[in-house]
Amino acid sequence: MLKTLGAHIKEYKGASIATPIFMIGEVIMETIIPLLMASIIDKGVGVEGGNLKHIYFIGAMMVLTALFSLLFGIGGGVYGAKASAGFAKNLRKAMYENIQTFSFANIDKFSTSGLVTRLTTDVTNIQNAYQMILRMCMRAPFSLLFAMIMSFCISPRLASIYLIAVVILGTILALIVTNATKHFSQAFPKYDDLNESVQENISAIRVVKAYVREEHENKKFQKASGNIYKIFCKAEGIVAWNGPVMNLTVYSCIILISWIGAHMIVQESLSTGQLMSLLTYCMNILMNLMMLSMIFVMMTMSAASARRICEVLNEKADLSNPENPVCEVKDGSIRFEHVNFSYKKDADIPVLKDVNLEIRSGETIGIIGGTGSAKSSLVNLISRLYDVTEGRLLVGGVDVRDYDMEVLRNQVAVVLQNNVLFSGTILENLRWGDPNATEEECRRACELACADEFIQRMPEGYQTFIEQGGTNVSGGQKQRLCIARALLKKPKILILDDSTSAVDTATDAKIRKAFADEIPGTTKLIIAQRVASVEHADRIIVMNEGQIYGFGTHSELLENNDIYREVYESQTAGSGDFDEKGGM
Amino acid sequence: MAEIKQMNSGEEKNNISDKYAKYNRKPVPGAQKGHGPGPGGARGPKPKIENPGKLMKRIMGYTLKDYWFHWIIVIVCIVTNVFASLQGTLFMKTLIDTYIVPLLGNLNPDFGPLAGAIGRVACFYGIGVIASFTQSRVMIYITQGTQRNLRNDMFDKMESLPIKYFDTHAHGDIMSMYTNDIDTMRQMISQSIPQLINSTITVVSTLVAMFVLDIPLTIVTLVMVFVMMYAAKKIASQSGRFFVTQQRALGQLNGCIEETMTGQKVVKVFCHEKEALEEFLELNEQLCDSAYRANKFANIMGPVNAQLGNLSYVVCAVVGGILAVTGVSGLTLGALASFLSLNKSFSMPINQISMQVNSIIMAMAGADRIFRMMDETPELDEGYVELVNAVKNDRGEISESSERTGLWAWKHYHKDTDTTTYVELKGDVVFDHVDFGYNDAKMILHDIELTAKPGQKIAFVGATGAGKTTITNLINRFYDIQDGKIRYDGINITKIKKDDLRKSLGIVLQDTHLFTGTVMDNIRYGKLDATEEEVINAAKLANADGFIRRLPKGYNTMLRGDGANLSQGQRQLLAIARAAIADPPVLILDEATSSIDTRTEKLVQQGMDALMKGRTNFVIAHRLSTVKNSDCIIVLEQGHIIERGTHEQLIEQKGKYYQLYTGNAMAQ
Repeated sequence: MLKTLGAHIKEYKGASIATPIFMIGEVIMETIIPLLMASIIDKGVGVEGGNLKHIYFIGAMMVLTALFSLLFGIGGGVYGAKASAGFAKNLRKAMYENIQTFSFANIDKFSTSGLVTRLTTDVTNIQNAYQMILRMCMRAPFSLLFAMIMSFCISPRLASIYLIAVVILGTILALIVTNATKHFSQAFPKYDDLNESVQENISAIRVVKAYVREEHENKKFQKASGNIYKIFCKAEGIVAWNGPVMNLTVYSCIILISWIGAHMIVQESLSTGQLMSLLTYCMNILMNLMMLSMIFVMMTMSAASARRICEVLNEKADLSNPENPVCEVKDGSIRFEHVNFSYKKDADIPVLKDVNLEIRSGETIGIIGGTGSAKSSLVNLISRLYDVTEGRLLVGGVDVRDYDMEVLRNQVAVVLQNNVLFSGTILENLRWGDPNATEEECRRACELACADEFIQRMPEGYQTFIEQGGTNVSGGQKQRLCIARALLKKPKILILDDSTSAVDTATDAKIRKAFADEIPGTTKLIIAQRVASVEHADRIIVMNEGQIYGFGTHSELLENNDIYREVYESQTAGSGDFDEKGGM
Repeated sequence: MAEIKQMNSGEEKNNISDKYAKYNRKPVPGAQKGHGPGPGGARGPKPKIENPGKLMKRIMGYTLKDYWFHWIIVIVCIVTNVFASLQGTLFMKTLIDTYIVPLLGNLNPDFGPLAGAIGRVACFYGIGVIASFTQSRVMIYITQGTQRNLRNDMFDKMESLPIKYFDTHAHGDIMSMYTNDIDTMRQMISQSIPQLINSTITVVSTLVAMFVLDIPLTIVTLVMVFVMMYAAKKIASQSGRFFVTQQRALGQLNGCIEETMTGQKVVKVFCHEKEALEEFLELNEQLCDSAYRANKFANIMGPVNAQLGNLSYVVCAVVGGILAVTGVSGLTLGALASFLSLNKSFSMPINQISMQVNSIIMAMAGADRIFRMMDETPELDEGYVELVNAVKNDRGEISESSERTGLWAWKHYHKDTDTTTYVELKGDVVFDHVDFGYNDAKMILHDIELTAKPGQKIAFVGATGAGKTTITNLINRFYDIQDGKIRYDGINITKIKKDDLRKSLGIVLQDTHLFTGTVMDNIRYGKLDATEEEVINAAKLANADGFIRRLPKGYNTMLRGDGANLSQGQRQLLAIARAAIADPPVLILDEATSSIDTRTEKLVQQGMDALMKGRTNFVIAHRLSTVKNSDCIIVLEQGHIIERGTHEQLIEQKGKYYQLYTGNAMAQ
């Protein structure tokens, strides 16, 4: 895990190494200061009549040391910020780039929100942790070490008290930390659950109100938040030992040192200044120990984020280009040869079972079938969004796995079921299909997709800004824009996956007619719920439970296919549809 | 303060989409926003905190309300603690001056007095440790308890707010109050406030002690403190500025990521990977840059303050040394040693205070949002007509019953005549010249008139945005009408208690929402005391029993995340079952079968027909086949009823309905 993450420090290695060095420099300076202090008191003030010269000299030394310390501190701060911000940038970039190579199967594995969290919150966590590690991980132990060494130099006898204190306090802190993390790791999922229930109540407020369940929800919530209270009180209760234990140790040390120190001073084996320095180091040592335990907590907390990031970084795209890819799609013919397909390698029941199909270039094919009959899975194979599990799929006479993926996907345009427009103008969105399309070409595509009419009516026409997620256009409008976007690719095969469901029947018919008249050479595959959308196709595929249940013309199927007949009968006479009509 | 709101919510994933809306947003004059007020309504400039003092008082008041005694204990503990460590520091002087120096050169030193003094100090320290332990313990109860109470109060309040509130506030913003804002408040209560109390007491007591020890040195220290505060302020303002830029950059990048990840499949299909990368890289670079700047200044703050503290120490040492050597102000060696310790403990709390300022401002902004929500007006209910269990005697007169009889009646008290009448609950709904708009400026429904008799099926058809859903939302008073009357069993619905009105209405909404819990719990939501058998029967009625049994744990399968493990169609079936179990006299089905494919729908339809029997039904559907058998079909266009009648009548009229119904044939 560390290796995976570490590989992305890259150009920030220098800063990453400089930071701890600066921090060590700062620590050295800070250790020297109490030493100089002791010198002022002992040799400057303490001597008979005082030695002002010595005070000035050491004072200047101290100012100098403080200055260096400041310099090192600033250096550490600056480089620490640089290294951590840069590291975060590289991590995000590496993840993002890797995600761009993901196939649909890879994307399915992580949810959209999962990917977003990993790229944002998780990286921020790592960034903070990294900065903390760079700045503190070296500083704290070194500071502890130096202070310890200095103490030993002054008086090994007194310093050994610290050594004992460190061991005792260290053990107690370790106990507290391990215990607390255990409790907190139990508490956080509960906390997430609580927030989820709030989220649920916000989005389902109409259901709550419609069923008059406010009281019920309140009680449920109070119970949950009461539980959280108990769990957190328990977990925090363990952490609460931190402060008092620390205080107890520090105070014990001070008292011991004072007592023994006093004796030593009287015996003239210790000076007053040295005693004071020792007391300063006492705080230094124990505070740093505390700091170490905090770093440890922080690291365990960010370990989960690191793991999630690594999952994305280590994910290998499961589709890749062949070695000598075919770079031209000859025509729009499609051939399925004994195709079996399942989303998971070890699935018992395949999603598609022994599919054999022969579609000629330029044909219009309708695909109909119930939910879950694998209509979408069937067409997703054609542009190699997924690979077949068994069998072969040929486009233009060549196995899709032999094509360069970009070439294939440019020739096989898919209008997906869950369509997404991106924030930007309508024109910008359309140009996803063809970045070099002229405005005239874009308009032409929109006319074919019956989108021109409503775009023209918008105040800014083709320059209208589409909000993120396309929230300012209706479902039907979105679908038509997506069709136009796909048309601009001038593909050899056009696949519409239930892409006119929100478009009213008349417009739907118009789009289909435009397809037939204007792009006759393109093979068109139309998935639909409505028989009306497919009945004029050259041939219709009836899907049922992952198998081809029928393939033929409308009249053939009506005659000999019971499912088709049933669907047809349930829809004719009254499948008129109000969506869209006049809704514009 | 507007930026602080941004800073605060930036890290929360629920808020990302909201944030991205601010990114790159170009105003689109006149762009369609769909019907009804969208969640965008409440956005706009974030309000400033007008009265921080009052707000602070309110925050403190909130936690003091239940925990005033705890707070007293905490303050006592803090004071004890501060004095324990202060006397420890002062002990240095006594140690050196009184107990060590006199013994110097003494061949037979008597350590008795020293032992006594150290024993006393140890006692004080012991008390200090106990105080600090008590403080951290009690603080937990205050923090967690206040947090719990606040959460409960917020939730309670939220549940009481009208639907309009949820329409006009982005869900991410509401959510962020429960996560970010509560958290910043928790930090303020648990850390900042005790720290402030502690620091203030320390500063004051140390200052007094310093004055007692030596006045010139105290003045030197104070001068240094002012320099420190000035530097801290300078750096903090720099760092704050860059933190705002960083938050903005973070918001932009998050927005970009959110958008691309959502559309990742489209990116793949269009081979748009390179372009998607370009924008990202630019924003990523920007964020890195501003994060670097912001953190740089934040990191520098510590060393600068620490070294200024050291400088102050040095200056005091030199000046003190001179004073001690020359003996001008009678400063003793021990006093100087003590003073230098005090110097350290004086500059430390001042640093701490300056570090707390930021988090207090953040917490105040969060508290402001929370209290704003708490101050919202809850859903008003002036209704007084109640729904009661009833019995009917031989003469057909209805009277109230204390048991569940299966027969319900409206208990209607007439103030003017001081009489109470009982009207049987039948489900007779009348719209009388109803006008409605989400705001007064723009009317959505115009002069709607309709009558629905018990047992009838009334269908609404019309384009998206014609006002179908709105009509059904008026019956259960999610919104109140501007003009006209709606009567339920002859009673104006504004007179009926909202809870009772809604109990008498069953509703299956367009967007199915399920709750975390088992399938059983979810169906039982319609009737909390339903037996297992009733649940199964309801599921059978909705044709959901089959698929539920095929789930890994049947009725005990846990549903999470709004039923994410079910298909849209399955979720709709559960929603239908949930309505079925409530057994209401009036049923509203808003596109209840829209996500079920036509073959399955036929199966569900049987269940639906069984469910609709004997009730007043309002059905909204876009597939005309499902509403064909309605007693009355109402065609809506832009908030007006343009046609009404049975299927046959409408076909005969050859109007809009006819066009749409035969649109299919036309295409042939």
